[in-house]
Amino acid sequence: MDDTDQIVLSVDGLQVLIDVLTADGYRVIGPTVREKAIVYDDVASVADLPRGWTDEQDGGRYRLVRRDDSALFGFAVGASSWKQFLHRPVVKLWRARRSKNSWQVVPEVPPVERLAFIGVRACELEAIKLQDQVLLEGEHPDSHYQARRDNVFVVAVNCAVAGGTCFCVSMSTGPKAESGYDLALTEISDGEEGTVFVAEAGSGRGRSLLAKLPHRPASAADRQSAKAVSERTAASMGREMRSDDLHELLHRNLDHPHWDAVAQRCLTCGNCTMVCPTCFCTTVEDASDLTGKEASRTRRWDSCFTIDFSYLHGGSVRTSGGARYRQWLTHKLATWFDQFGTSGCVGCGRCITWCPVGIDITAEVEAIRDSEAD
Amino acid sequence: MVYRPEAVNTRRGTADATVPSVARVRRRWREGPHTWTLELEPEDGELPQFAAGQFNMLTAFGIGEAAISVSGDPGSKGTLVHTVRAVGPVSTALATLQSGDYVGLRGPFGTGWPMQEAQQRDVVIVSGGLGLAPLRPAIYHLLAERQRYGRVAVLYGSRSPGDILFRRELQRWRGELDMDVKVTVDHAPDDWRGNVGVVTSFIPRTTFDPANSVALVCGPELMMAFTVSALQDAGVRDEAIYISMERNMKCAVGLCGHCQFGTTLVCRDGPVLPFDRVRDMLTIPEI
Ligand SMILES: Cc1cc2nc3c(=O)[nH]c(=O)nc-3n(C[C@H](O)[C@H](O)[C@H](O)COP(=O)(O)OP(=O)(O)OC[C@H]3O[C@@H](n4cnc5c(N)ncnc54)[C@H](O)[C@@H]3O)c2cc1C
Ligand code: SF4
Ligand code: SF4
Repeated sequence: MDDTDQIVLSVDGLQVLIDVLTADGYRVIGPTVREKAIVYDDVASVADLPRGWTDEQDGGRYRLVRRDDSALFGFAVGASSWKQFLHRPVVKLWRARRSKNSWQVVPEVPPVERLAFIGVRACELEAIKLQDQVLLEGEHPDSHYQARRDNVFVVAVNCAVAGGTCFCVSMSTGPKAESGYDLALTEISDGEEGTVFVAEAGSGRGRSLLAKLPHRPASAADRQSAKAVSERTAASMGREMRSDDLHELLHRNLDHPHWDAVAQRCLTCGNCTMVCPTCFCTTVEDASDLTGKEASRTRRWDSCFTIDFSYLHGGSVRTSGGARYRQWLTHKLATWFDQFGTSGCVGCGRCITWCPVGIDITAEVEAIRDSEAD
Repeated sequence: MVYRPEAVNTRRGTADATVPSVARVRRRWREGPHTWTLELEPEDGELPQFAAGQFNMLTAFGIGEAAISVSGDPGSKGTLVHTVRAVGPVSTALATLQSGDYVGLRGPFGTGWPMQEAQQRDVVIVSGGLGLAPLRPAIYHLLAERQRYGRVAVLYGSRSPGDILFRRELQRWRGELDMDVKVTVDHAPDDWRGNVGVVTSFIPRTTFDPANSVALVCGPELMMAFTVSALQDAGVRDEAIYISMERNMKCAVGLCGHCQFGTTLVCRDGPVLPFDRVRDMLTIPEI
């Protein structure tokens, strides 16, 4: 996209954006404050956005605090991710009915819902791409994910602050949105004109939508301010992780004692897998009615931290906590490359923040790398 | 790089691979303790082609689904043969279906045995327990195309004489002049006149050209590990050894994550995997 296509929107312009998307039949979803956390949920107006809030994050710690300005997007990411809207936590796959002398299987047709995501972060765009790759680009695409994914309008917002557990710079996934969006905004809060957004389109439909919004062209100074926002954020990452050697490092250290050391702390609660925007594992449950004439299958999110996950007749493959933590971490950072050709981690930091005991993926990798050097 | 030897097109009638079609149990017979073979025919439409070594997902409606290898002849059209050992709720429900009952059917999935690559070479088949089921289609294929292959050895280990699967076939195959069939059991009553001991002990006593052979191995993981080292000792190269892996499977199409075995998704990259691809992982506990 050419720089000259950048425009400037006011907060009122952002409201018009929400209105236009709603009028176009989109369910508009964005960040909003619920129970002392920022979650993604329906937003009807800019008043629903977390104006003046920011988040303090660290291992096992998340707190919303007041900002001293009125920024609408002055925070990083919360526990919820866009995954819940695309790769639904619970999906009915099919129902079957017993007729006189056979069974008839009726696939559950995913309802078509147009979703507009407002405030997608750069790392989250990359996470969506990773899930697209796993769930759509294999030989057997997931029709439920596909139906939702096909109907999404993405408004990215470049991060103006880095969270305490963010390390997107290390993973080359942020903080500035590079692709995968329809519109990308950079918030310049509390300037001479109040809070404004430098906006650019990343798709044809993004471009035509921008044209419908009240705006003014972006000046060289506006563009400079937007650039400075991303640069400042990049310079203030909460975490760092060397990522160029991960595949080899971890493959070399599958029997490292550090896995058992982590297991001493890990509760195998699976929180990290639930909040991770790239974790995609699911299980299925079959059910029948009392007469045995109806049967159905439901798919739901699963976690590699459960014992059942790897169960084979006679016992589970991964019984120890160390083996389960190793499975999770090495999948994210090493075997994802073997299976899908990329890293499975985008550096969003959620697994660090939402781990009840503050286990830190960047620190565990570092511990293994350090001990190897000895 | 995804390894897929001779996998046939795995799409079935329904557009969505997670939705089963319906098949009817045509016949069912007992194979051994808790083990039954089911012959299935489709309710409507044609059965897909399958390659020896591939598996289907069978649903006992209202109870659940399990991965079950095709154990029948890949050359016979119209019916699908599976051998099921009842070990838990789903496999018990499947194994106790009666003729005329219905199952949900998805598949075939996964990679097959390298029957193409094995042509003009000696073929050593080593199986333990139920591991003979996914190898039986390969044996049928070898018999049907016997002239395309070199020496053929079928080495089979079972827990006890009563556990021996496919007795009649084993007997018939043993009668074939150009096939070396050896059966052993772990434990036997006094009146057992056959071999007692581990199946790997056959390998040094079997005639084949290690430099020009392919080994197909299926059985419990530990048995496969021992078999591979015996084959290596005999001089078979790692690239010529194929094993069939088992992992928990929910979707069978690479979407659910359950069947991960380190670098591979067993449903997609396996179940049949060349040993050199999994060598480093097989020795690490709890991978
Ligand atoms: C590629 C492949 C081929 C197979 N071929 C055959 C075959 O030809 N004949 C046969 O009898 N069995 C075969 N199995 C094993 C069969 O799938 C399991 O025995 C069956 O799933 C057990 O389910 P259950 O509910 O009866 O038992 P339980 O032990 O109670 O299982 C509970 C749950 O664990 C999972 N599970 C348990 N054991 C296994 C397992 N071994 N593999 C995968 N998931 C498991 C299932 O999802 C099941 O729902 C095969 C497995 C795989 C992966
Ligand atoms: S592994 Fe952790 S940091 Fe990486 S994408 Fe998942 S939640 Fe984010
Ligand atoms: S690493 Fe933390 S969040 Fe993940 S399972 Fe262990 S205790 Fe739970």
